[in-house]
Amino acid sequence: MINATLERPTIERHPAEGAIAPSPPLHIRRFDGPTRALHIVIMTTFLGLSATGLPLLFSEASWSRVLAALFGGFHGAGLVHRFFGAALLLAVVWHVANVCWRAFVRGERGLFWGPTSMVPQPRDVVQLFQQIRWFVGAGPRPRFEHFAYWEKFDYWAVLWGTALMGAAGLVLWFPVAASRVLPGWMFNVALFVHGAEATLAIGFIFVIHFFNGHLRPGKFPMDLVIFTGSVNGHELREERAAEYARLEQTGALQGMTVPPPSAALCNRGHLIGTIGLTLGLGLVALILYAILR
Amino acid sequence: MHTLSRVLFATFCLVLGGAAVADAGQSSAKPPANEDCLACHSDPDAKRANGTHVAVDAPAFAASKHGPMACVDCHADLATLAEFPHPDTLKKVNCASCHDAVGATYHDSIHARAREKSGLNVAPACADCHGKHDIRGKEDLKGRVSHAQVPATCGACHDGIKTKYDAGVHGAALKSGDSRAPVCADCHTAHAIQRADTDASRLRATAECGSCHASVVESFTRTFHGKVTQLGSARAAACADCHGAHDILRASNPASTVSPKNLQTTCGKCHQGANASFVQYDPHPNPRDYTRSATLWWANRFYWLLIPGCFGFFGLHSVLWFWRSRKEARTPKDGSR
Repeated sequence: MINATLERPTIERHPAEGAIAPSPPLHIRRFDGPTRALHIVIMTTFLGLSATGLPLLFSEASWSRVLAALFGGFHGAGLVHRFFGAALLLAVVWHVANVCWRAFVRGERGLFWGPTSMVPQPRDVVQLFQQIRWFVGAGPRPRFEHFAYWEKFDYWAVLWGTALMGAAGLVLWFPVAASRVLPGWMFNVALFVHGAEATLAIGFIFVIHFFNGHLRPGKFPMDLVIFTGSVNGHELREERAAEYARLEQTGALQGMTVPPPSAALCNRGHLIGTIGLTLGLGLVALILYAILR
Repeated sequence: MHTLSRVLFATFCLVLGGAAVADAGQSSAKPPANEDCLACHSDPDAKRANGTHVAVDAPAFAASKHGPMACVDCHADLATLAEFPHPDTLKKVNCASCHDAVGATYHDSIHARAREKSGLNVAPACADCHGKHDIRGKEDLKGRVSHAQVPATCGACHDGIKTKYDAGVHGAALKSGDSRAPVCADCHTAHAIQRADTDASRLRATAECGSCHASVVESFTRTFHGKVTQLGSARAAACADCHGAHDILRASNPASTVSPKNLQTTCGKCHQGANASFVQYDPHPNPRDYTRSATLWWANRFYWLLIPGCFGFFGLHSVLWFWRSRKEARTPKDGSR
């Protein structure tokens, strides 16, 4: 599923097909292969970590033993949890290393500031207020760039959350080793932070991210862009007016035009997306049941 | 007096024997009344042919829980026996003929299995704990199974454990008259006693400690140890693993397993290499208690702001977005946007 979209948009020129037409090109590259692969890895490990961690977080809930039993009981769930935790940590470390390599070795520009950067910028604060004005009907929809403010929030939440929960998780995994550098009462803090941050992350991803990215009107039931890597040109012009205008102006648009994703790729995206959404919402249902019962 | 009673007893026996002979041949014998039995068995020196005692302490029986009952209610084979004096060996009394539920519970216990399966005859049956003719209820302070007497009753066999128990906080509390102090049966149960090292026993014990130490067990369930225990794993430390079972001592006592002096050894039972830093871990944390851990208190505060703040803000954000999107979808596009 990782097709030939690995290169940087500004270098590669794709053989355009009907790209000269005044109407937007059919599909425009948005996520390269490694990014999509990273999303799949985060998705899988995050779901696995949630399903194996929730029985412990909600150990007094009626379903906790049943959920743990799916992984071979508490000890099995613990092993799976550590495996997925290590995998997620490795994936995030790889991502950070990759960004550093792109920035400092390859000298790629625009990673830390500018229209395509993930770094929050004044424009994002302005657009947040513009978006709220649009919500209440007091203004037009903001002209978003490559990443909108809620996407940046998602990204940094995952990065920060993984770093914090990963650190806390390692302390809990190797307490005797950790006690050589930390006082023992930090285990209490580590367990508390691990659980609180998990509550935040699970709730945020399975409710807010699902809604923003997939379930909201216009995207429902899911946005395939993270699975196919490309976005419909009309959609891009509508949703990210500033990015579309910039790409058109600099002439980069034609270089980023790709053929529409194949039916097989879309099907695969739908399948993975459906599984992810179903499992995530199922876990949210379990949490709500435990809290509200 | 003694001689006189013997003479009387002998006379009575003769009369009774004569009556029995006279009755012989009649269709059915009337079961003997308690007085009939006591006529022989109230003699403190009454013995079987092999020299074992068969005396019944009549006043003690009258004062017992079973006082109003007939001898033959329990010694059922005598109810239909016509010939007296009866043979030396009678059928064993079956308490379960009345106490069937307790009997069934006992039947599955480690004591019953020791007797019935392993042939360990010193293991207790009903009478060994409850007594025979002097059975008293557990609410009766003089009874063998009354709260305060249970340690002595169990200690008749488990003497070494009783010594430890007496030295511990619970034994001391009992001795000082604290009726809340747990005795053997509170943790081990009375009739359903199982090996204490089974997972089921270990998991049940925590709940038992919590019946008095509720807030302590609640703080325990906030820890990894407690959560794992709640999930049914007996591998993580529960109360007795750190505090001991029979010889629980206050942390201020240098001999205690949870005395600061001994913590490295106690934690080290599972966490090999536990050092002085490691044992600063709080096995009973309370995020709402600032004096216990300021860091935990602040972490709790922080997340109580962050989590509702995040969900509140983005929840509202999503609701508004949904509302606006639905509205835009319903209004026909006029190209203004």
